[in-house]
Amino acid sequence: MKIFSFRSLGVLLTFLVHGLQAQVTFPINDVANPRAGYYAFVHATVVKDAKTTLQNATLIIKQGRIEAVGTAVAIPKDAVVIECKGKFIYPSFVDAFSDYGMEAVSASNYSYRAPSQMLSNTKGPFSWNQALKSEVEHAKHFVVNESKAKDLRKLGFGSVSTLQADGISRGTSALVSLAKDRENMVILKEKTAAHFSFEKGSSTQDYPGSLMGSVALLRQNFLDAQWYKSKPAQEGLNLSLDRFNQNAGLPQIFAVTEKWNVLRADKIGDEFGVQYIIKGSGDEYQRIDEMKATKAAFILPLAFPQTIDVEDPTDMRFVNVAELKHWELAPTNPAAFEKANISFALTANGLKDVTTFLPNLRKAIQYGLSEQRALEALTVTPAQLLGVADLVGTLDQGKVANFFISTGPVFAEKSAIIENWVQGSAYAVQTDLWTNLAGTYQVSLGANTAKLVIQGEPGSYKASLIASDTTQVDLSQKDQLVNLGYASKADKSQRVRLTGSYDGTSISGTGQLASGNWISWKAIRSEAAKSDSSLAKVTKPEAVGDVVFPFNGFGQKTIAKQENLLIQHATVWTNEKQGVLKDADVLVKAGKIVQVGKGLKDASARIVDGTGKHVTAGIIDEHSHVGATGGINECTQSVTAEARIADVIDPDDVDIYRQLSGGVTASHILHGSCNVIGGQTQLLKFRWGQNAEALKFSNWDPFIKFALGENVKRSWNTSNPRFPDTRMGVEQVLTDAFTRARDYEKQGPGKRIDLELETLLEILNKKRFITCHSYVQSEINAILKVADKFGFTVNTLTHILEGYKVADKMKAHGASASTFGDWWNYKMEVLDAIPQNAAIMQAVGVNVAINSDDAEMARRLNQEAAKSVKYAGMSEEDALKMVTLNPAKMLHVADRVGSIAPGKDADLVIWSDHPLSIYAKSEKTIVDGTVVFDRAEDAKLQVSLQAEKQRLIQKMIASKKGGAPTRASAPSVKKQNMCEEDHNHDKSLWERIASRYIDDVDHTIE
Amino acid sequence: MKKLLIPIFCFLGLSLMAQETMHPSPAQTKKIVITGATLHIGNGQVISNGTVSIDKGKLTILTSAPTLSADVDHIDATGKHIYPGVIAPNTNLGLVEVSSTKSTVDYDELGEINPNIRSIVAYNTDSKVINTLRTNGVLLAQIVPQGGLISGSSTIVQLDAWNWEDAAYALDNGVHMTFPALINRPNGGGGRRGADSDPVKAGLERIESGRVFFREAKAYLNEKTHAAINLKFEATKGLFDRTKSLYVHCDLVKEMLTAIDFAKEFNFKLVIAGGADSWMIADILAANQVAVILHEPHALPAAEDDAVDQPYKTGAQLQKAGVLFTICQDSGDGYTQIRNLPFMAGTMSAYGLTREEALSAITLNPAKILGIADRTGSLENGKDANIVICQGDLLDMKSSVVTHAFIQGRAIDLNNKHTQLYNRYKYKYNL
Repeated sequence: MKIFSFRSLGVLLTFLVHGLQAQVTFPINDVANPRAGYYAFVHATVVKDAKTTLQNATLIIKQGRIEAVGTAVAIPKDAVVIECKGKFIYPSFVDAFSDYGMEAVSASNYSYRAPSQMLSNTKGPFSWNQALKSEVEHAKHFVVNESKAKDLRKLGFGSVSTLQADGISRGTSALVSLAKDRENMVILKEKTAAHFSFEKGSSTQDYPGSLMGSVALLRQNFLDAQWYKSKPAQEGLNLSLDRFNQNAGLPQIFAVTEKWNVLRADKIGDEFGVQYIIKGSGDEYQRIDEMKATKAAFILPLAFPQTIDVEDPTDMRFVNVAELKHWELAPTNPAAFEKANISFALTANGLKDVTTFLPNLRKAIQYGLSEQRALEALTVTPAQLLGVADLVGTLDQGKVANFFISTGPVFAEKSAIIENWVQGSAYAVQTDLWTNLAGTYQVSLGANTAKLVIQGEPGSYKASLIASDTTQVDLSQKDQLVNLGYASKADKSQRVRLTGSYDGTSISGTGQLASGNWISWKAIRSEAAKSDSSLAKVTKPEAVGDVVFPFNGFGQKTIAKQENLLIQHATVWTNEKQGVLKDADVLVKAGKIVQVGKGLKDASARIVDGTGKHVTAGIIDEHSHVGATGGINECTQSVTAEARIADVIDPDDVDIYRQLSGGVTASHILHGSCNVIGGQTQLLKFRWGQNAEALKFSNWDPFIKFALGENVKRSWNTSNPRFPDTRMGVEQVLTDAFTRARDYEKQGPGKRIDLELETLLEILNKKRFITCHSYVQSEINAILKVADKFGFTVNTLTHILEGYKVADKMKAHGASASTFGDWWNYKMEVLDAIPQNAAIMQAVGVNVAINSDDAEMARRLNQEAAKSVKYAGMSEEDALKMVTLNPAKMLHVADRVGSIAPGKDADLVIWSDHPLSIYAKSEKTIVDGTVVFDRAEDAKLQVSLQAEKQRLIQKMIASKKGGAPTRASAPSVKKQNMCEEDHNHDKSLWERIASRYIDDVDHTIE
Repeated sequence: MKKLLIPIFCFLGLSLMAQETMHPSPAQTKKIVITGATLHIGNGQVISNGTVSIDKGKLTILTSAPTLSADVDHIDATGKHIYPGVIAPNTNLGLVEVSSTKSTVDYDELGEINPNIRSIVAYNTDSKVINTLRTNGVLLAQIVPQGGLISGSSTIVQLDAWNWEDAAYALDNGVHMTFPALINRPNGGGGRRGADSDPVKAGLERIESGRVFFREAKAYLNEKTHAAINLKFEATKGLFDRTKSLYVHCDLVKEMLTAIDFAKEFNFKLVIAGGADSWMIADILAANQVAVILHEPHALPAAEDDAVDQPYKTGAQLQKAGVLFTICQDSGDGYTQIRNLPFMAGTMSAYGLTREEALSAITLNPAKILGIADRTGSLENGKDANIVICQGDLLDMKSSVVTHAFIQGRAIDLNNKHTQLYNRYKYKYNL
């Protein structure tokens, strides 16, 4: 048995033919050169898997597979033996989410104002939608890319599951090794998983134009695929649906861009019986309980936010504290998953620079991730998630010979990878690390003897020669070849230069003295360097700030809790028969109003002195777009009843808190108004800090947004290609939609379930109710007639600025009205809007609300209602009801909210002044008996928010000084949702600033 | 003694007519005496049960009992309040009718350097919006062009006129600059030149081109005669002798600091318009005697982490620091919302200003800033009788009902398109 020592390994690495298994069908242009690839790695510390480490063990591989691993393994005679004493062998890492070997995704140049593309541009028997590409098998598109492979192998990866991450249904990924060989040999498994996302990627098609549209498209696709199983003749061959069904047996991976999308994806999965594996975005620690509740396994990125250049305080005031906190907390994400006992893999995907992979991983360990869990997350977990644990992930007999050899424990700061073996072939990483010269040697140089002490690591040795005195030695090394140089004892200005070769225990060779004479020398190691067994030690985790709920400047470490409250001696606007009560008390218990009256007592309740204050029911905004994300308009078709605002609630929206500061406790979040039949709406209660599901008003009658007029006929577009282009066409879109819904209802069993028509049927069957954006009397009259014809009632006409002209017709039809206080004249269809509109409609007998459609105005809705007192002499109580009880009635929730009566939800506002006065401020806003806004607490919060921000800024400065690369600061600005572009209330400073960026200014006279 | 009933009856008679038949009032011929009201002078002072006399369009506060005779129109305003007329600075009122409809938009001219562009010549006295403002006590406005770097010259108008010549109250007395944004793009978003361009550097270069213009204008104006007349230079004349103000439209600290520096070079009288972050440098603004026309207080905080009520309390912070300030309605559809200026002052009062300080912020302060305080802005002897009589608190929609308003002593018609449509439909429904 000959030991193939590391001496010759450099040669091996250079000349080894990669790809051990000769592919038989390919002709050979040479003599046959079969290789068994039979190797035995001996005396190594073999980490078989994250839980099993074998000391002094042997690993045997043959034909690219592992033949044996163990401490008592016989070494075959015909195996090449590689001495691995002091070295560690790990299974090579597996990346479950990679785009290795794939073409880059071309960016979609979708533009809101571009001509419509209603159908897919993809040629062939595929889906109607360009973003649904279940038929794509990425194994077919995979091309070996040695330079990328080399980068990944350096990090320790041996195989990756890869696909071009493009589209909503992305097709299947393939497991490929990082070997340099033909694709035929490198692809380890043709299909590992089916992939999904909410992003339409390179699709140039209009639909979906919003996050809620993506959700709807995915849901419809499930239904279509189910239906397609019956081979419906009407559909012909649809390979996208066919492959979607075929792929159902594979692991299903859903890639998200933010934590709330995890819940959105999981909800779709729950509906259709699929448990997605989530490819996360790195902010999941912010809602770890919700992540856990999905029961999903995760693939987590190690891409952490870059340090921001914080030097300019006037710029930094626009970078929100949430962004700074995320910078600090992102490295805690994997640890949070481990602590919550959620299964997860780690991926290098998303790193701008892959060389940051290991430093970032070490950072995650520093922030609490255990090394064992880190190793699992890079080996066995991804292998299991992808169903390829029989191939990769551990060092077990029969698996692919993917492993790497390192100088020490893999995650330790001083450890480094020497070689990464992929499919049984060696790939150099840092081969000079094979040869560690460190130790103490007995040197004989001619007749002289001395002691040579070499300390440190390859590349950074420190050496000295000790005889009667100590001489510094310059030492350099290339693999086994060594050069030494030192000052001559006789003449310090003269150098002695030696060349030698290291054989594992000694260095021997020749040299030239200062005199020019040649001399032989030999250094025999008497004592090896002490191996540093504490290599794995990690720096103590830095103190970090708290995760707050919601994750923004106005969040709290713990969410506010329900209290029993007794508000005393206040002026109470009951909105009930007893009207306004002076010096009255309101008792709140377990989230409900228990008693209203004088001299109330309850020992369990916290007393709130209401002397001089006014108490009203919480403000309800019938028309709002706060707290929704990913676009509130699914603008791409004239009928998008399948889109649901419920799918895109954003609990982190700071505007929710701002609404609370104005006494708003519930808002009806609407789809925008850019198409005739928009999307389903969602009534929210502002339970600040809770997640999307908990923000939803429970057990309410569902609504849908409709729209008429300028927005839906796209009046701003001089060449609108989307039907309709006139109010005449709008009426026909409505008539056609309900006609189709009726016809759909008549279809027998086995029909394609159509989410759009199902929703319209709910309207016809009085299970869903309409709030319809409308302005001018002709269109109002028209929709009422369409509804009459189909036998349902238009529940609410919203905006309805010409409602006063047809109030009698609205009253006769039974429609409610939700309008503005005094907005007018900003577009042609509101030229006749008047501030007396609400009062006239109310006088005629219509149930009237005042709404905001604006995150700022909503904070003053009580004062907007007061304008009817001013302009039309409405009574104060009636005016207040327009923002409390009346909207509650039109939303069918007046049994629970809208007035102050025993048994109703304790949604209350304590005002500093008369609630219709411009001087009134909400001092406390209460939802379900929980004080969710408190003006005094808010002042303190502002102080602690600024202190936290300052702490983080100082930490960033330290990070920059510590050498961290920085990026320029950019203001964190959330887009304000409004109905449509032309609905230009334009309150935001940033909209004004945007018009002053000089790139966007075009004043050139041509 | 004869009570002033004529105009009121006259208005009732008009009330069912279309706005097209409403007309400006003729010059005052008869002396008017208003008694019994609480006078809000506009400078902080309040006089209860005061008497105001209006003669030849001018005001006098009477300290002794008025002489009432047949040749005097008497208004008994007992229990009511009298205020100086509200002044709306920095608006495109009359330069646009319907903001979404381009053919009605006349405030944004092509070109970078446009001091010669004059807003007044496009000001439409027949805009349907104007009368709705008067009904809430807004009697004067500064008509401001937009666009370019130097946007043009503004004029102060009174809101009861047959044509723009009648309307002009202080002609061409301001030159407006719109500063480029001196901050990185939000969320790292790219512009036409892509995300790599440095907007701050590009913005400063553009501002420098403005400096170059004024340097050349100053030199040009040192000579009286020129072989070739430069209209743009000529239009800057009043800036150098400080008879006109330079209004720089900007919001952020670095922009305002640059504006102060800019004005210093030429010794211009500087007013900041916008000023969202002015509260952060209130002391600097005060020390440099820079006035501020604040963007509407009814706005969301500029930064996500700002206090939820920051725009509401900015006025109080400026007041405390001694900055002369007023407020405007300058956003997209702002001109239709100028009638809410008194209520925005009310909000500022809820958030730190006294009621009278809040009133000053929309009366005497803008008069001072716009250079017309010698003629209007307060109830002081000898000033134009631009006044409002209100049944309740002008700043609170809960009680504000304007019963009379006078511009230069002329009792103006308080009807508008809205009251007329209201009446039309009250008739329909028999209300």
